[in-house]
Amino acid sequence: MHIIENGNVAAALGVKLCRANVIAAYPITPQTPLTEKLSEYVESGEMKAEYIPVESEHSALAVCIAASSAGARSFTATSANGLLYMHEQVQWAAGARLPIVMCVVNRAVGAPWNVWNDQQDSISQRDTGWIQMYCSDHQQIIDSVIKAYWLAEKVSIPIMVCYDGYILSHTYMPFDAPDQEQVDAFLPPFKPDYALNTEKPANLNTVTLPDVRMDVRGELAHGYMEIRYLLQEEMRAALAVAAEAEKRFADIFGRGGDPYIEPYLCDDAEYIAVGLGSLTYQLRVCVDALRKEGLKVGVMGVRFYRPFPDVAIANALKGKKGVIVFEKALSYGYEGALVSDLKSALYEHLAGTGDLPMVQNFIAGIGGRDIRTEDLTQTLRAATKSRVAKEPVWIGLKL
Amino acid sequence: MNKEFIEIRWHGRGGQGAITAAKIFAGAAFVSGYPGVVMAPSFGTERRGAPVMTSLKISRDKIYDLSPIETPDIIVVLDHLLLAEADVTHGLKPGGIIVLNTPKSFESYNLKDYRFATADITAISVEAGLPHGMVNTGIIGSLERAINLVGMEILIKGIEEEFSTRKPEKNSLAAKIAFERTVTGG
Amino acid sequence: MGTRNYRRKTSHSDHGPGDGGRTGSWRVERPVLNTSLCIPCKRKTEACFMCWLFCPEVVISRTIPPAINLEYCKGCGICAEECPTKAITMVDEAAFSEEDKDKE
Repeated sequence: MHIIENGNVAAALGVKLCRANVIAAYPITPQTPLTEKLSEYVESGEMKAEYIPVESEHSALAVCIAASSAGARSFTATSANGLLYMHEQVQWAAGARLPIVMCVVNRAVGAPWNVWNDQQDSISQRDTGWIQMYCSDHQQIIDSVIKAYWLAEKVSIPIMVCYDGYILSHTYMPFDAPDQEQVDAFLPPFKPDYALNTEKPANLNTVTLPDVRMDVRGELAHGYMEIRYLLQEEMRAALAVAAEAEKRFADIFGRGGDPYIEPYLCDDAEYIAVGLGSLTYQLRVCVDALRKEGLKVGVMGVRFYRPFPDVAIANALKGKKGVIVFEKALSYGYEGALVSDLKSALYEHLAGTGDLPMVQNFIAGIGGRDIRTEDLTQTLRAATKSRVAKEPVWIGLKL
Repeated sequence: MNKEFIEIRWHGRGGQGAITAAKIFAGAAFVSGYPGVVMAPSFGTERRGAPVMTSLKISRDKIYDLSPIETPDIIVVLDHLLLAEADVTHGLKPGGIIVLNTPKSFESYNLKDYRFATADITAISVEAGLPHGMVNTGIIGSLERAINLVGMEILIKGIEEEFSTRKPEKNSLAAKIAFERTVTGG
Repeated sequence: MGTRNYRRKTSHSDHGPGDGGRTGSWRVERPVLNTSLCIPCKRKTEACFMCWLFCPEVVISRTIPPAINLEYCKGCGICAEECPTKAITMVDEAAFSEEDKDKE
């Protein structure tokens, strides 16, 4: 059924349809309406879940870690400094291999204090061992939450479902809210390999030595390094599982596409704009305008940032004249994190083939600065003419 | 006015319900054959009584551009005092429409580049049985009178669904009276 | 042989003595119980058991008299510290003969 709601409600509805058992969250703008909606669902009895109020984001994720260890499907959500405050537990959840789903409603980080949208918060969590998915509209938000639970539980890796604060979280648009029966058919109940059990107690994630050891049964147990290697190995293998999730989802819900990237007019394009989230949809409007001028441009959204779909990205960009990466975050002291990862993928798969495109990087919308479509179009047009600058160029900077 | 793609900017005060009104209008537009509707409130600093705005884009196609409206076709103003307080006509297209809740007469407004649609929604809403200051359903009737886009039946249904537990009939009555009494021209 | 086929992906230790290895070999001092001072022994009833409660390795039994499993007791001395009647004293391992040690 199509409804018109904001992005936070789309996310909350997804969590409800997934029958999450435990929700723990601490309010922070622009995430707050999402967990408020979930607390309404729980309060009214529409949703059978434990809603656990906590005193901080660190505790919110700690509660989810405990609940997930006990076999509960767990959910939390946060933004910006809330995510940064959670950071220690973020790493913990990944190392403990708990399939928690967390919505990150993207917001600029302090200092200075700012409540508006960019993506510095989730990008700064790139190396924590979480899967990261980025959404461009409300349909992708609700669908990604549902896919995320299936995928997370399949690979035992937590997932951040990231969407732009305000631009998506507070904006109303129509989307299809799936039926409960469809979601139940897609997502079976969570059955962990081991759930905390008072009859059969265990110590989880205690001090783990640099080397392997004999456990109480006399079996050779992992050292720290083996456990971390498995996280990396299974994170890479999760790319194939994500494709399985996408196919399974399409079979049941009748919508879906490429699991890793979302290309628009890319096939015959000579220049391709690349980005994460709602910005890539706005870029479609620029691409349409530039196509009318005869410029062969396209745009590609990256849906999975970790694990990084390097092969899909290199294949899509192979032989193009130029790639223009737009980012709402950067790795201070160098360039956007996405452009670095993208160049690494191109080098790995295309070096020496003569198919390496020129790559440029633009930074936009930091701290919620309006991204005018006209400015984006101009930037894209200029970037097809020549290399604008070696360093990342900040669009709309008034310095 | 191009009825394939319409941009409406709503101006009100925090707590007046401009966002709810825009949401009801968006829902009605969607039902009446506009698959692309996007309603984006101004972000971050809403306070009760302070000027707020929200933008509504209505299109025959899915909308990919979520950036703020720069050149609206229509401005909806829930409080006539905002005309002096905020730059509500900013970017309004030449020949654009200003839908205004005002106790003053239609003739007292004569911005030559724009068209006006006025009604005393504050009084009409009280007449419909709503508490003083509830103007967000009445203004929907005025807007529809001015642009004739989705039809009152669909709007009444949308209003009664949104206010299903909060005086639905009185709210829809306010919209109906406003539709009848709105003066347009220019 | 590596840990590729180990039954868990994570650090997971089951309940049981010796999950951290044969920690009895770490001991420098050994707890020795004087039953004439021990409360449950004197009263011949279940009482006190502070040693059982505080032992971090769970190697002291809740019995009369409390028994200390020296295979895993690492000699931390917490039981001696907590005992309200000073019934447990920590004695240098060197004081015990090779024979005694073998009995562990």
